[in-house]
Formats: sequence, C-alpha cells, structure tokens
Amino acid sequence: MGLELIPISRPAPGSGGLTGTWRTLKPLVDLAKCIDCGICWLYCPEAVIDWEKGKKISIDYAYCKGCGICAHECPVKAIEMAPEET
Amino acid sequence: MRQLASLKTALTGNYAVAYAVKMAKPHVIAAYPITPQTTIVEKLSEFVAKGELRASFVNVESEFSALATVYGASMAGARAFTATSSHGLFYMYEMLWWAAGSRAPIVMAVVTRTVGPPWNIHDEHNDILAIRDSGWAVAMASSVQEAFDLTVQAFRLAEKAYIPVAVGLDGFVLSHTVETLELPPQELVDEFLPPRSPNAPMPLRPGLPLTFGNIPSDDRIHAEHLKRIYWAHQEAKKAIKEIDAEYGKLLGRSYGGLVERRWLEDAKYAVVCMGAWCGDAEAAVESLRREGVPVGLMRLRFIRPFPDEEVAELEAAEKVVVFDRDITPAGGVLGREVASVLGRDKVVDVVAGIAGVDFKASDFKAAFRKALEAEKGVVLI
Ligand code: SF4
Ligand code: SF4
Repeated sequence: MGLELIPISRPAPGSGGLTGTWRTLKPLVDLAKCIDCGICWLYCPEAVIDWEKGKKISIDYAYCKGCGICAHECPVKAIEMAPEET
Repeated sequence: MRQLASLKTALTGNYAVAYAVKMAKPHVIAAYPITPQTTIVEKLSEFVAKGELRASFVNVESEFSALATVYGASMAGARAFTATSSHGLFYMYEMLWWAAGSRAPIVMAVVTRTVGPPWNIHDEHNDILAIRDSGWAVAMASSVQEAFDLTVQAFRLAEKAYIPVAVGLDGFVLSHTVETLELPPQELVDEFLPPRSPNAPMPLRPGLPLTFGNIPSDDRIHAEHLKRIYWAHQEAKKAIKEIDAEYGKLLGRSYGGLVERRWLEDAKYAVVCMGAWCGDAEAAVESLRREGVPVGLMRLRFIRPFPDEEVAELEAAEKVVVFDRDITPAGGVLGREVASVLGRDKVVDVVAGIAGVDFKASDFKAAFRKALEAEKGVVLI
C-alpha cells in the first residue's frame, strides 16, 4: 500500500540527466600534488569523486557540475578550475 | 462483556487533549509554546518527565521547527503530535503543505485564537479556517469531552486515510474551561487505536534509500499526486463516519460523523455552526422551538473534508442561517462554503463573536431573527 500513497524515487546514477554538460569550469586534479586526504571526496555535493586511500582520486566528468567546491576545499591546492572548452 | 470502568473526572479542554494524546501513545511530540495552546504540551511534557508517557519530547525554537520535527518523525513511521494556535499555526504554514502533501499522518491540536493585529489572545476561528485548503483534515470540538474523543479519533483517521488531522478547540472557552468528562480505560483506547504501520506512506529505513519530494521527472506525476489527495479526502468522509461509529460501540460515545444534527427532521429553518459556541446556539434553538419556531441545528464537526452531502440535506429547509466566528474580506468562511452547496438565495451568513467578543444564547436568538429579516447575504454583528 505504502508505495501507492506518494510518488517515491529510488536513487539511480544520472537520474537527473548528464549534468556534466552544465559545467563551465572543469576541476583538473594534479595527482602529483594530491596528498590523498579525501577531503574533496567528502565535500563534493554531487558525489562524483571516487577516492580509495592509496589510489588518490578520480572525477566522473559525466556528472560533475563544476561547482568548484573540491578546488576550494583541497588543502594543497591540487585542484584547479579551468574554463570548459566549448 | 468485560467490565472496564471509565474514570469520571473534570478537566480543561487542553488537559483533555493532553490525556487523549497520552493514551494514544505517540512516539514523538514537538511544540512551541503559544497561548492558549501551551498547557497541552506543558501537561504532555510533565507526563514524559514523570515516565507516564514513553515519548520523545522535542523542545524546538519555533512552530516551523515543531511541525518539521513531527513531520520527519511521522515520515519515519512514528506516531507524532504537535499543538499550536493563531500566529504559531501561521508560522507553520509552509510545513503544513509539506506534511499534507507527503500524506504524513500527524495529529495537531489547534486551540483557536484571533490573529493580530492587534494582539489578542481570545477566541475566533480564522486561524484554523485558514488551513482548510492545505490538505489537512480539519475538525472542531464543541465540548471538553469531544476534544478528548476527537483527538483519539484523529489518530485513527490520520493513520487510516494518510491525511494529517487538525483538531480544533476554542481558545479559553474550551481550552481553559473545566468540564466533566469520562476518560476511558487505556485497554479500550489501545483496542480502538492499534500501533500505526511504519511502512506507509513510505518505508523509510536505513539501507533502503528512498526519496519523496524531489523534483518529479514529469509534472504529470505531481498532478496525479495532487488528485490523489483530493480523492483521499473524499474517501475520508466514509472513514470519519465509520471511526466515529466504532468509537461509539467501543467507548460509548459517537457524534454522527462529519456533522451532528438536532431537530432537523421537521425544520423549516436550519442553523449551522461549529465549535464550542454551538452549545449556546443549541440553547437558543431549543428556546425558539419552545416559542413555536420550527428550527433545527447542524453542527459541523469537520470542515475538511467538507460535509457536502450532509449540508445538502438542508435543501428541504426554507432558510439556512450560518454562524461564522470568523471574518474575511469576502464574508464568513462557513457561510460561503454552505452557500456553495445550497446556493446563495437560501443562506444568510451571520458573522459574530469575532475578536473573542462574547456571544450568548440570547445573542444567537436575536441574530437569528435579524438573519431571517435579511433573507440572504452577510449580516455583521
Ligand atoms: S567541481 Fe563540484 S561537482 Fe565537480 S567534482 Fe568538484 S565538487 Fe564535485
Ligand atoms: S582534497 Fe586535494 S589533496 Fe585531498 S584528495 Fe582531494 S585533490 Fe587530493
């Protein structure tokens, strides 16, 4: 009965479409500078940063909206926001 | 038959609501103090502090937070209660729509009070009537006993229909006035009100991520959702009658469902009203009948869902006099609602008792006669 009372959503990757196309600035990671702290992974509001201790990070650009929070939070400035090429 | 004794006692309307909530065994209570509601949650916090009620009592910084708290608790499967009045209710306004739109089965007591300016804590129905389109069921008690009964019934209704229910009681006139009442034994309340299902309106639990309320992928999903709330209210009319009848069988009192009728069978004139002053209206109607005026009374217990079918029974009457203890720039709310069923020619809307001004049985009689002279439209007293 419960599911019929209100329209419920279940999480699915990319349910909002390819939000990466909204990006005007692209976060570029300098893995040589990265100290593998995971702070960007924690802060990314879109949960598009993958991080495994020892392997550093990677960003899923299909859904990264380019908000720049990761670059702002990175303690060693390993992420640079570069203009998106059109 | 089991012999379970009711306790005959005397309480204020607010304490009657508090006892009803206690017997309903809610998991979560959150409220912010506002006169004349405050003593409901004061009493409940006392029950919790003494260990007589095992509930989380959440102190919050505003009415918005109070409703947000019970809304969240309710969506997580808890039985939840809050209470407010007037400005506090309006501070909740945005959350009222979220709660109803989410089909959260919350029960809230609304102790009716004027809305400022100027500051005034006395009784009027404008506050509770202003939430009538939000998707909440809205009821009004007429006595301390009914404030108790309606609160217990409200939990059953909310959890059956998945509609939040506002139980109204008149500020001071009921909230702070001591009347005798019967408190049923806990066992019977438990039988009437089994624990609620935690799986609806959504089975929210760790490990099962679900969202409700996010942007729909198609606006038609939203439109369908809104239509379902309309249908839920239509269906709730039947549920209200059934619940009231079952309450009567089990606990000894029922009121007639969405309305209570007095002397309507042979009535050429009908009086319609809601809330505590219906007691005075009834005394006035009784007195008029003794004088030979064929008049009856319909007391609205619910204004959402609106008792369209019951009001339509008054087609047979020549004139219907509606008493509104509220005022809007378009007249009284109940007057317009009743006229939407019966047409404008049959209905006279008397706006009286606003701003807490006292209105006695003799005033009802005088206003009734004035209304018959007016024939239709709005009469401001
Ligand atoms: S720019 Fe924003 S969305 Fe993209 S990876 Fe950084 S924090 Fe996440
Ligand atoms: S915050 Fe900076 S240093 Fe830390 S993991 Fe992310 S990119 Fe590397």
